Amino acid sequence: MQRRTFGQLLAAGTGVAALGRPAVAADPVKIGFVYVGPVGDFGWTYQHDVGRQAAVAKYGNAIKTTFIENVPDGPDSEKVIADLANSGHKLIFTTSFGFMNHTVKIAKRFPKIFFEHATGYKRDTNLATYNIRFYQARYVQGVIAGHLSKTGIAGYIGSVPVPEVVQGINAFMLGMRSVNPKARLKFILINSWYDPPKEGDAAKALMDQGADIITQHTDSPAPLQAAAGRGIKGFGQATDMIKFAPTTQLSAAIDLWSPYYTKRIGQVLDGTWKTGVIWGGFDSGLLEMAPFTNMPADIAAIATATVAAIKSGKNKVFTGPILDQAGASKLAAGASMDDAALNSMQWLAQGVEGKLT
Amino acid sequence: MLSLSPRGTASGFWRYAAPVLALALTALTTGALFAAMGRPALLTVTTFLITPLLATGGLEALLVKAAPLVMMGVGLSIAYRANVWNIGAEGQYIFGALAAGGLALALPAAPGWVIVPLLIAAGLVGGAGYALIVAWLRTRFNANEILTSLMLAYVAQYLLVYLVTGPWRDPEGFGFPQTALFSDAAGGPRLIEGSNLHLGLIFAPLIALAAWVMLGRSVLGFQFRVMGQAPRAARFAGFDENRLIWLAMAISGGLAGLAGMFEVTGNQGQLTINLGPGYGFTAIIVGFLGRLHPLGVIPAGLLLALTYLGGDAAQMNLGLSSAITGIFQGILLFCLLGSDVLISHRLQWKRRP
Repeated sequence: MQRRTFGQLLAAGTGVAALGRPAVAADPVKIGFVYVGPVGDFGWTYQHDVGRQAAVAKYGNAIKTTFIENVPDGPDSEKVIADLANSGHKLIFTTSFGFMNHTVKIAKRFPKIFFEHATGYKRDTNLATYNIRFYQARYVQGVIAGHLSKTGIAGYIGSVPVPEVVQGINAFMLGMRSVNPKARLKFILINSWYDPPKEGDAAKALMDQGADIITQHTDSPAPLQAAAGRGIKGFGQATDMIKFAPTTQLSAAIDLWSPYYTKRIGQVLDGTWKTGVIWGGFDSGLLEMAPFTNMPADIAAIATATVAAIKSGKNKVFTGPILDQAGASKLAAGASMDDAALNSMQWLAQGVEGKLT
Repeated sequence: MLSLSPRGTASGFWRYAAPVLALALTALTTGALFAAMGRPALLTVTTFLITPLLATGGLEALLVKAAPLVMMGVGLSIAYRANVWNIGAEGQYIFGALAAGGLALALPAAPGWVIVPLLIAAGLVGGAGYALIVAWLRTRFNANEILTSLMLAYVAQYLLVYLVTGPWRDPEGFGFPQTALFSDAAGGPRLIEGSNLHLGLIFAPLIALAAWVMLGRSVLGFQFRVMGQAPRAARFAGFDENRLIWLAMAISGGLAGLAGMFEVTGNQGQLTINLGPGYGFTAIIVGFLGRLHPLGVIPAGLLLALTYLGGDAAQMNLGLSSAITGIFQGILLFCLLGSDVLISHRLQWKRRP
């Protein structure tokens, strides 16, 4: 980005470059991104920015992207989204659940601008939502943990108990118990998506309580590094974090936003953008697992097979019988949970220890 | 070796010119910093300080951000003038917001003329009540108020998180840490229909004006100033030191609570675990930049509010990191304190004895 700015200055300064060439067809279409964390979180926001860069690489000078990082969930996000809308952006991606109501409000105020909100559920004629079935990756992690955990206790660091996070906790537990029916899962909610010191402290607290596998639904590699410090294994989140913990990371759920971003931006460019909803899993190309490392080959093979079963639809993850913490039936044997039930999930599966509030 | 020696009487002119000098130095320093990074210096500084004002809704956003800073800056100025170092305005801000938020949630159907005065009272009482814990610890146990007020700010933050994720959580919020939305009436009247300009924007300058009169023209104001400048003289004059500490904490805490109340009811419309970008701490800079003068706090509050907006503008237009806001605030405070030292002291080269 810096280089391009410099190039533009050079061109404007000399005025020579443009001479004798056909005029540029049109001004670039401006695309805005609102991020909840810093692009340097090496997790959630980083991975969204990888998607943005992929779009820049594909469309070149036809688009101009802007991103605003570190925007807190809440009213401040509304101003940022409005600023982007006011400054001529045609398509605006808002990438945190907490931006939902604010995106809805601004989308109403700017009916000619297109909005895309990640992980939310409120849509409009100019507001689409997109999300990934992260819980599929959690189930695979749970299966691995079930095989590898000696204490039978896994530790889970969550942010806030929205359905998406609860799905992850429960899916991990279901996967772990599919291998070890006595397995338990302890979790801590840190009320933030990105707070490396808190994430690391939570990981240590969980390890002190006997967890020997760590996973997290927060955005930094800090929990993985905390696990590395104690010589136990963990999972990366949102992106492949193997560089941060080469002997610790078992695998990672990788969010692949690039195909979606390039597709949707392309639709704005050729005028075919329509509102919609996508919630894709392994089969959609939006989600994949990082290589299975630091584990025996037979476990890696089981994990690979689990991914294949979920991808083909044979394993739907939330398939009955499922019991809640108190042992009450949440899903009858053989049934599988529909998206509405998944998207309002506020209960914990049997074996999970802790409360949502 | 270099040493500092007091100048005796400090220049009155420079005392008030120091903030302007500090701002100029800050602009130069940040400009040089960005030039060193290979960025156009002038463009960066103007994008940070001027672009936000020209943007659509920029002025509105500036005023909404300045209101809590000015209210708290005025309260802190009074306390600091009296030598009472309330560093925990952030906690009192949260407490005012909690008191008001709890009331707004409890009375969702109350009409505006009932709920708005109640909320104002709740904000004042909540903030002042929380600050009086500090006053009590200071007067009863002689506990340092810098430490106790700062630590209580964290206690308030955790209480907020507990309430918002626990008993006060929105039952329809899908687990998101937020309360239900307050009623429209609780938001109070708008200065311009459809805008975010809430009543606090009128209160802030009026409070500054009232504080100016109080400090300059009332016996209480006189006592505050004497206690700050000459505590021994204040004691000989028979001023009740403890009473003044209680009052200074109550006023600064009450105004911080009022700021929190207006922010959550007038601007945010609900409680979340994040009630602002740390206005309570930024208000300390506002106080000093405004020379602890209630009227000086107004331009200082506007400037610091601008640094928040400038951070967004620099990201949007130049692709700079959001850290620029913190960098600018930090350099500003450094330049201001440095100027103050050099105004009251002379830099001398002394031979080693």
